[in-house]
Amino acid sequence: MSFAQAVGDWHALVVLFVAGVVPNQIWRMLGLWFGGGIDEGSELLVWVRAVATAILAGVIAQIVVQPPGALASVPDALRYGAVAAGLVVFLLTRRSIFAGVVAGEVFMLAGKWWLG
Amino acid sequence: MALPPLDSPQWNSPWLAFGWGLRSITQTILTIVLFVTYLGIGALAHDTHFSLIWALCSTLFVWAGPAQIILITTLGSGATIVQAAIAVTVSAIRLFPMVVSVLPLMRTPTTKWRELIFAAHLTAVTLWVECHRFLPQVPRERRIAFVHGLGCGLVSVCLVANTVGYVLAANLTQTLGAAILLLTPLSFLFSTARNSRESADVVALVLGIVLYPVAAKMNSGLDILVSGVLAGTIAYGVHWWRQVRT
Repeated sequence: MSFAQAVGDWHALVVLFVAGVVPNQIWRMLGLWFGGGIDEGSELLVWVRAVATAILAGVIAQIVVQPPGALASVPDALRYGAVAAGLVVFLLTRRSIFAGVVAGEVFMLAGKWWLG
Repeated sequence: MALPPLDSPQWNSPWLAFGWGLRSITQTILTIVLFVTYLGIGALAHDTHFSLIWALCSTLFVWAGPAQIILITTLGSGATIVQAAIAVTVSAIRLFPMVVSVLPLMRTPTTKWRELIFAAHLTAVTLWVECHRFLPQVPRERRIAFVHGLGCGLVSVCLVANTVGYVLAANLTQTLGAAILLLTPLSFLFSTARNSRESADVVALVLGIVLYPVAAKMNSGLDILVSGVLAGTIAYGVHWWRQVRT
């Protein structure tokens, strides 16, 4: 990888700043400035947390339903099966993130191997 | 490794406190979860044609895994800058209550707000969880230095993970590349499920997953936002209804 390849184009870095850095730092700095007067358990923050969680859930679904790059080479049923298998193990192991991730990965790799 | 007692001379300088913070990353399973997640983010950045420096800058300056994934997937699937910025802004609201709840743990009566800027930047879900666990064992006047150490340690782990994931995705077979990309949805799903304590969180997580494919059919470019606001509002409705009933 050359230096130019590692940096990529400057346009993408500007997009990162505008669409990635600013939208995040705004909320952190607002928390720093106005934080004192807000009740952590307020109804507004319950709604905010619920929407933020649902957006994250949507991202998880997007990666599995419309997979990027190499993940697109895995058949639909196998991707969904891997997430389901991971979820079952996660619940059976009293919410072990590690066990869930390993189970999902093993399911996917075993399925790929099985299908040839 | 146990942290020294509150009155130990080990807490006499901010640098020692920084060191204890740095070493504390070895005391939590969340470090491994972060490593795995950022391995996936590195691979995702590679497969959606972003540069390695871009991926590292996003970790350094955004420092919020979900926001980084939303940014990469929305831009990668052809959304405009404005659409990506809106989706990231809405998802990042979650940082606001985290900063609000974590900074009072570090503040002393003489703390100036500018001393807290870096700690606010480092605040994301992992640091937020660990602060509530570790800070009671740290003398109050050393907590900012401790958090700086802890945060810098976690960021460093993630920068290494990004680089490893990026290079692996570029050089591995398709199957192993797919395995690394699959780490991201799995680790996010299970760590979010683990952090879901109230019924509203669980409903939001499940509905958010179920509604996304429906919203995607509209092809508005704001699919994630549409399904997120809808699912989140229904989840809030469930929470409200349960409160009213009791």
